[in-house]
Amino acid sequence: MSRIQVFIKKSWKASASCSLFTVVFCLCFISFVSCSGAKHVSEDRPASSSDTSISMNQERLEQLYWSRVDSAKMQFTQADVDFMIGMIAHHAQALIMSDLAPKNSAGSSVQTLASRIINAQKDEIQSMQQWLRDRNQPVPEVHIDGLILSISMESSGESAEGHQQMHHSHSGHTGPDHSGMPGMLTQDQLNELAGLHGSDFDQTFLKYMIDHHRGAVIMVRELFNTDGAALDRQAFRLASDIQVDQITEIERMKLMLQEISNSGEDL
Amino acid sequence: MKYVNRAVNFFLKIYSKKTLSIFITAIVLTGLVSCGTSDNAINENYSGLKPISEASRPSPDPRLGLEPGVFDAEEVIWNLKKISSTPPPEDFIGGVNSDLAFKGNYVIQGNFNGFMVWDISNPEAPELVIDYLCPASQSDVSVYENLLFVSGEGLEGRLDCGTEGVEETVSEKRLRGIRIFDITDIKNPEYIANVQTCRGSHTHSVLKDPNDGENVYVYVSGSAMVRPEEELPGCSAMLPDEDPNSALFRIEVIKVPLANPEEAAIVNSPRIFENLAAVPTHGLSPEDLAELELLEAEGAYVGEFYGQKRVISNRYVEHFLEEIVEERGGTGEPTAADSSVLRENLQELLDGLMAERNEGDETNERGPNQCHDITLYPEIGLAGGACEGYGLLLDISDPVKPVRIDAVADSNFAYWHSATFNNDGSKVLFTDEWGGGTQPKCRADDPMEWGANAIFTIEQDSMDFRSYFKMPAAQTPQENCVAHNGSLIPIPGRDIMVQSWYQGGINIFDWTDPENPIEIAFHDRGPLHVERSQLGGSWSVYWYNGMIVNSEIARGLDIFELVPSDFLTENEIEAANTVRLSYLNAQGQPKYEWPPSFVLMRAYLDQMERGQEYELSFIRSIRADLREAENAEGNEKAYLLNQLARKVEVEANGSSRKSRARVLAKTMKQLSSTF
Repeated sequence: MSRIQVFIKKSWKASASCSLFTVVFCLCFISFVSCSGAKHVSEDRPASSSDTSISMNQERLEQLYWSRVDSAKMQFTQADVDFMIGMIAHHAQALIMSDLAPKNSAGSSVQTLASRIINAQKDEIQSMQQWLRDRNQPVPEVHIDGLILSISMESSGESAEGHQQMHHSHSGHTGPDHSGMPGMLTQDQLNELAGLHGSDFDQTFLKYMIDHHRGAVIMVRELFNTDGAALDRQAFRLASDIQVDQITEIERMKLMLQEISNSGEDL
Repeated sequence: MKYVNRAVNFFLKIYSKKTLSIFITAIVLTGLVSCGTSDNAINENYSGLKPISEASRPSPDPRLGLEPGVFDAEEVIWNLKKISSTPPPEDFIGGVNSDLAFKGNYVIQGNFNGFMVWDISNPEAPELVIDYLCPASQSDVSVYENLLFVSGEGLEGRLDCGTEGVEETVSEKRLRGIRIFDITDIKNPEYIANVQTCRGSHTHSVLKDPNDGENVYVYVSGSAMVRPEEELPGCSAMLPDEDPNSALFRIEVIKVPLANPEEAAIVNSPRIFENLAAVPTHGLSPEDLAELELLEAEGAYVGEFYGQKRVISNRYVEHFLEEIVEERGGTGEPTAADSSVLRENLQELLDGLMAERNEGDETNERGPNQCHDITLYPEIGLAGGACEGYGLLLDISDPVKPVRIDAVADSNFAYWHSATFNNDGSKVLFTDEWGGGTQPKCRADDPMEWGANAIFTIEQDSMDFRSYFKMPAAQTPQENCVAHNGSLIPIPGRDIMVQSWYQGGINIFDWTDPENPIEIAFHDRGPLHVERSQLGGSWSVYWYNGMIVNSEIARGLDIFELVPSDFLTENEIEAANTVRLSYLNAQGQPKYEWPPSFVLMRAYLDQMERGQEYELSFIRSIRADLREAENAEGNEKAYLLNQLARKVEVEANGSSRKSRARVLAKTMKQLSSTF
């Protein structure tokens, strides 16, 4: 009957009201009694002698789990940090480009692609921000205003008020920015893209996004070519996933571009 | 039973608090299972089975709003019974549990820190046989006879299994590829060999060629960065048009001689992806052409290659020169004469190479760069390659030379990750592991077509898209969730699969009708943490000899079993459990065979009733006759079964949908011949 005891304890913990609980219990009990000779419920943890030891053990494992997860976070290099910071800005520009698709009446497949890029890269930005925050590194916050991207650095030190905002602009050609990263568009190219519509937009969007993705792939390659980098498993996975996803999308975009130019020849 | 289910749902709604719901469901359902097995009459008189599309399901979905926790998260379960949950041994806590392989009563569970072997003879209390510390992500595992294969992809994997990692980008200590263990004594796995590969091994698939008793083949899929040539000679990340030995756009086939597994080596690296569709070609500008002419005048080798005039890279030049030297029977460095032979024949050589690559097609497109996973189904001679944006159908009748038969892409830009065939090979299901498995792709506003399964029918070697299927319960932003690994459950006559959705839990769905897949069971836990995103959930879940075994990334090993419902009868479950496997690697899909039995016939009868293809009175009369045959002795039994087979055949001939009755009659005859 140890299972039943566990059940009682848990339900108290869950603060179930007594009378309703009784009904539930009876229902279960009836289900047992009504089929005499039926196989009874097996025990979850046969080794455990009492409920207390189960919950103590659970508590201990829970603590062990989180302490392992936390200590695994301390194996990283500056190259990993630089990669994350750079890639956040790189992704952010992909968001600006993709946001244009519905506004500039892109074709349906380009719109689908653009929404998939937005969904994927927004999530990846969050993952990279969390990666940095978990390691007490400065965290770039992304601000997008139309075609203007600005990144503010939020220092994620131990202090709760550590929001030292170090605004610096990524727009135009001024200020310390990430425009030197592979595949980043210049502000002129962004403006050009924003001025295009329909299939002109599609073609230029695909061309620029292919270059942009290729840039991301180069950044991953550079990371992997650095001693000690990407040994952190989360960093390895994030970087590998970005690489694989973007290579896949590059191939798809190349085909889309081909389809567009084929249909152009037919006209 | 339906009433009880409703009662359960009622209580689920009221008490969605931690644990209560699971216990109630588990206990009540267990009570029911036991009722089922203790009294066959319930099954025999079961009337009015409804099509599964009309069966009722819990509403609202009880998977919403579950309490977080690692080992004490709130759980909810529907149409399944949890037999046990076993946390990993201490060395592996906080690590990442990955794929599963099965051998006899053992399950081998990969972990980024190595692997664990569990004895599951008693599924209520799996016993740890050994935890083998040997880090390398992702530790995808497979078994064949006394051999265990383990994938290493990450940069930290060491040949000596050390836990300190490898700092240098070039190191002779690094292992990326396949580790091979001898598990003759499964308590003491012996590390006997490695096969290093250029991209490491993200996953792999083991192929036993029915025509080759001496070897087993391992197809390696790698998706990570190509290693530096200085670390593993011959690895090149250049494009194939720059380097004929590029590690891109190919898979690796390893041949493992069973008598001498330490001699395992790569035997072929087929480029199964090339030439998938028209390549986007762009003409050269006048400036480019002028530059090429200049370079040619200066001595560069210029030719038309991959649809474009270009300077041919030194690697190609060297490759051709070696061939020329070899052809004239010479050795050593090529001479000036060899160079002029090359210059005269360059275009011809390039064309020859292109033709070889393109199998005579003039266009060229490399298509995907690698496969994520390949599912081999040797009994039907096919493999499903989930290769980035493409799902490939491969002919593997020659295991060393897989040949692509068909390729499909998807308008929703899926990144295909794994493939599963239905048992007769008429359908294939690809999963879209969007975001790589670390991202929360099951939130309420994530499209149901993204991060889902895509179901195709296979007709005359071509694949046709039918539908998408995704685990339908919205998950929190803290829960990584996307389609992942699963396997078929051998419910006879139906295509039913169990699948992992990371922190979206596991679910079981019916895809017999490829256009209308339906979820029929699930188990889910709350997130690992209330606000932190932490990798967790089900990595792989597979059916194995009546058990549904789940590798939970953070929480360990879960074992479930099916319970009867409006979606699945006791007879169907029991018939599935007559299938016995001696080992299983889900990426090497086994063909399920059902031994003829009375329970198999009862399962078919339940399906005939559910399909509403026959009069209920007819089905009932067959059930009664079947019971009579079952109770008869020896010759009488055989005689009655044959009589019954004829009766069913007559009915089948008069019906527009005969197949199920035909299969039933065939089973009757098969069984009668055994008495």
